[in-house]
Amino acid sequence: MNFELTEDQQEIKRTARELLGNRASWEKVREAATAGRYDEALWRELTELGWPGIAVGEEHGGQGLGTVALCVLLEELGYTCAPTPFLGTVLAAQAIEHAGSTRQRERWLPALASGEATGAFGVVRGDAAELVPDAPDAGVIVLADPDTGGAALLEGGAASVEEVASIDSTRRYGRVTAEDGEPLDGDAAAVIDRAAVAVAAELVGVCQRALDMTLDYVKDRKQFGVPVGSFQAVQHRAAQMLLDTEGSRSTTYFAAWTADAEPERLALAAAMAKAWASDAGRSATGAAIQLHGGVGFTWEADVHWLFKRAQLDAAFLGGAGAHRARAAQLAAADRAAAVR
Amino acid sequence: MDLTFNDTELAFRDEVRAWLDENSPGEQPGDEDGQYTWRRDWQRRMNEDGWAGVHWPTEYGGRGATLMETAIFFEEMGRARAPLPANVLGLLLGGPTLMIWGTEEQKERYLQPILSAEEIWCQGFSEPDAGSDLAALKTRAVKEGDEWLVTGQKVWTSGAQYSKWCMLVARTDRDVPKHKGLTYFLMDMEQDAVDVRPLRQITGEPEFNELFLEDARVPDENVVGGVGNGWKVALTTLMNERAGLGFFLQVRLRQLLDELLDRAAANGALDDPSTADKLADLHIRTEILRLMAWKGLSTIQKYGQPGPEGSLTKWVWSDTNQALTQLAADVVGPEALTAGTPWAYELLRARGNSIEGGTTEILKNIVAERVLGLPRVR
Repeated sequence: MNFELTEDQQEIKRTARELLGNRASWEKVREAATAGRYDEALWRELTELGWPGIAVGEEHGGQGLGTVALCVLLEELGYTCAPTPFLGTVLAAQAIEHAGSTRQRERWLPALASGEATGAFGVVRGDAAELVPDAPDAGVIVLADPDTGGAALLEGGAASVEEVASIDSTRRYGRVTAEDGEPLDGDAAAVIDRAAVAVAAELVGVCQRALDMTLDYVKDRKQFGVPVGSFQAVQHRAAQMLLDTEGSRSTTYFAAWTADAEPERLALAAAMAKAWASDAGRSATGAAIQLHGGVGFTWEADVHWLFKRAQLDAAFLGGAGAHRARAAQLAAADRAAAVR
Repeated sequence: MDLTFNDTELAFRDEVRAWLDENSPGEQPGDEDGQYTWRRDWQRRMNEDGWAGVHWPTEYGGRGATLMETAIFFEEMGRARAPLPANVLGLLLGGPTLMIWGTEEQKERYLQPILSAEEIWCQGFSEPDAGSDLAALKTRAVKEGDEWLVTGQKVWTSGAQYSKWCMLVARTDRDVPKHKGLTYFLMDMEQDAVDVRPLRQITGEPEFNELFLEDARVPDENVVGGVGNGWKVALTTLMNERAGLGFFLQVRLRQLLDELLDRAAANGALDDPSTADKLADLHIRTEILRLMAWKGLSTIQKYGQPGPEGSLTKWVWSDTNQALTQLAADVVGPEALTAGTPWAYELLRARGNSIEGGTTEILKNIVAERVLGLPRVR
């Protein structure tokens, strides 16, 4: 029993923190967000490092390092709100790798792993998938339909994607019309679960950054002649932010571990992680604005990027309530099986 | 990351399970004295096979289990619905404190009877005017010849009526700052100057006591860690308070939640979306506690000290237990509000969880100051 990241995973985390700290400063994020573009230079650098293929099997041009390592990167990318099409690309790759045919894997995985193509993944409600991250200009889009239990692949050119300006301008979102694409034969539900874990990992990073920025601020900001961080009301809210963050981290990395090691536990673990991280992301980033006081409400303070990213991530693939509803059913079913 | 037990850990777990299969503690008696005897006999049985001091070093008669094995042991105890041993305070707090601060004579004299439950220990820390602000305690000890005379009042002393020894912190110097004038004593409870009065709590039961001390006598050789060093020694005791127990409590919470899930599934409450939402939230919190407990252990093993999650678990546990027992009032219905039922007891008892062993408010202060590095509240 060991919860620690391996040496390799820790090395990945350190490298990512350092690289993104330099390349995805708030200044850079602001610049890309204002222009409504991704940071092409950063994306090129990430693809050269093989990041999009970190969890893709080596036989398909990836590094085959597994879901935990992928989550380490997603956490760090969430920490910086880095403006790249990383999330959509890895979600599409996950879906194709775990539910696609041999032909689909051979066709798409090397391209996604190398960054030659970008991807997107969405869940259809009614006649479209809304607010799909990284859908505009994606080379391949996977749409899962929870009602039919199926999933289908659309080549970028064939998909009907309408770019939507969401409140999170650090990322490009699209409305993708449901169309008959190439079906994926595998288990669409498990693919949604994997995607939910990936988004939860991004939220872990968002929470951690909100906490770190807030701590820096309340230690420095003085009112009544003392740092506001010495007030208990402020301290207790910061403590709650830590709980938000650590709860997200525990459930997310547990779910990431089950995805590869004990897939039969993935459904419940993913529902737990997405439910907790969605609420935590909203709560921690809201608290960050509050504890920054008036400054926190300004554009320049940069806390709002985290709040906005948390809003979109929390809603994507179903919010906390939907995942708790599912968790209740799954937990009760586990229990019934245990009793029987 | 590898969240499975390795072969050594599995072997240890199987050993614990096999022992628990053969040594059932039996049914819990209804009355308090009966429960005490039951838990004392249970500890003696544990001790016969070397389980009472599972985490104690072998040189002191323990099993010398690793942190991981200790965690497994407490999880299995919880899972088997075994009670905590009668001398839980001696085993978890008193013994380990003596191992660090005690003289060779003290270790020689006191450790063995803790393991065998021949001598039960209680904890005399809190006072009516010194709860969260423990260092403000007023009970004073005055040296007279080669002994100390202790006068004052202690409160929340569980098991005092069964105890031989009390871990007592008293003020021995009133002329120095409050943290510096304290001394840690081992006080013999079997003397007339110690008056134990049961303290009836909101459950109606007297789980705790008040101690009234009027020139109670403590020989000088029963000072632990030196005169004036009581705060440091007491902190050692308090640091030990949460070790191991966390795993036991976490499993107990799981069992209670499983019972509630069963009830909700059977009576249709699970079909109510609002109830299902709350049950799922409880499930997630309970899982977070389990994950944080194991994660904390991994961190201690790797870095020698607990990570941030360690400071959160008691707070999350008490919140969750309160929310769970409160939800039971809705899911289980009238039975949960009927005096004498287990659910009614749990509902009332849970209110103490966020106060005992550090109030949630104090724990949040500790998180803010020690984990988040925020400036101290003045």
